[in-house]
Amino acid sequence: MSAVKVINLKKRYKDIEALKGISFEVYEGELFAYLGPNGAGKTTTIRILTGLTRKTSGDAWIMGFHIEKESIKAKMNFGLVMQNINLDQELTVYENLDIHGRLYGMKKKERKKKIEELLEYVDLADRKHTLVKELSGGMKRRVTIARAMIHSPKILFLDEPTVGLDANIRRRIWALIKKIQSEGTTIFLTTHYIEEAEFLADRVAFLRKGEIIAIDSPQSLINKTGQWAVDILKKDTLKTFYFKERKEAENFISDQLESYTLRRVNLEDAFLQLIGKS
Amino acid sequence: MKRRIKRLVLSMSVSPLLYLIAFGYAMGNEVKFNGHTYLEFLIPGLISMSSMTQAFAISTDINVARFYWHIFEEFQAAPISNFSYVLGEVSAGLTRVVLSVSVIIVLGFLFGVKLDYLNPFLWSAVILNGFVFASLAVGLAMLVKSHADQTMLSSFVITPMAFLGGTFFPVERLPIWAQKLIYLLPITHATYAIRKGAFGFIPTIKSYIILIILGLIFFFIALKCVNQARD
Repeated sequence: MSAVKVINLKKRYKDIEALKGISFEVYEGELFAYLGPNGAGKTTTIRILTGLTRKTSGDAWIMGFHIEKESIKAKMNFGLVMQNINLDQELTVYENLDIHGRLYGMKKKERKKKIEELLEYVDLADRKHTLVKELSGGMKRRVTIARAMIHSPKILFLDEPTVGLDANIRRRIWALIKKIQSEGTTIFLTTHYIEEAEFLADRVAFLRKGEIIAIDSPQSLINKTGQWAVDILKKDTLKTFYFKERKEAENFISDQLESYTLRRVNLEDAFLQLIGKS
Repeated sequence: MKRRIKRLVLSMSVSPLLYLIAFGYAMGNEVKFNGHTYLEFLIPGLISMSSMTQAFAISTDINVARFYWHIFEEFQAAPISNFSYVLGEVSAGLTRVVLSVSVIIVLGFLFGVKLDYLNPFLWSAVILNGFVFASLAVGLAMLVKSHADQTMLSSFVITPMAFLGGTFFPVERLPIWAQKLIYLLPITHATYAIRKGAFGFIPTIKSYIILIILGLIFFFIALKCVNQARD
């Protein structure tokens, strides 16, 4: 069964068509990255799937439950980490998590056990009774992730979870996300950091101006572009050339007078190539 | 709540204390309405006004949760019905109402004003008034697009009612046309019932029926408006 299934989903805000009929599936247990520049429609998709925004047309299911007709059942199956730190700043870490557990109908004993487990898991056990407003940005982010996991959801939606965090903390969050996935949770991650998608994702969907332009594994998308890239800086423009074999790339370089860089093709190259074609 | 209660109680005490000093205490016992001193007349009015303003104040809490802390999204994404959400917010409003009315009663004692504060007619009117304005607050909080809109609504809807609904002076002293207009306001009926109860009389059932009907209408509108808050 698909964890998430979306068919011809459209969203229109007055004159702007934010989603132009997207369709995709997320398989159980995978980490699906939804990648695109700002304004591509990533957050709109996640907001529709989680019931924060109304769709204009199309259909979507979460663990087989329709997002509108069976919204309560669909909501029981996912956890959501929004881009904003949406915690009650005047409550402690424990209290924020406890309220979330109550919203999901969890009993007091069950909540207490799960909160303690999760705070250990995200390495915040010693901050249990700290007011959220006294935490750093990275800690607050980990609290939002722990909160979203309280009711043991089958799917975790993460909307740009590392935006605004420094490189060190970002890597810590990446490790946490990988750990959550390894324990069987399906992850739906939106990001505009291409290296984040390349590092974490089993499959990636490229989104551009409300349309999906490609869905595949990061390696397949890279392979379609080539294996080797040569960046050449001519005056003030950077041009990149792609090659299947290193030999071809080296031959190409030997004819160049300008400064160049030879490197492996990455997901950013695949994305830029697809944008160029679309 | 336990962390905010001191601030809350202090802020709830300021306005009634000032009104009691400025309008009540300063007038002394010379001014009388139907055999009651102005302080005795004023306190039920303040109870009515406070139950309205404190119930409506949840709209500010909701908007802070929506526009500033974004906690509202947490409720929208949770597996709870619109009914549960609205009922939860209205209950929060009613908690504020009970707290603020208790503060006024304590102030009343401090000013030496003895009224029938435990009268069931008084308290049922207080709760119904809170229900009307908390439900209205939830509905309006869902419709506004910014915190500034919310402030404007309070200025245009709540402030005039606070002063015109029989809180500070008897409605019967106004011209007939003004009385007719003022009887359209829910707070007028709440003030009437609360004052009657506080003086130990039995209010007419009409006031309660009007408050129940308005409360149910506003609650139903609030349920519908929760969907409007989704963009």
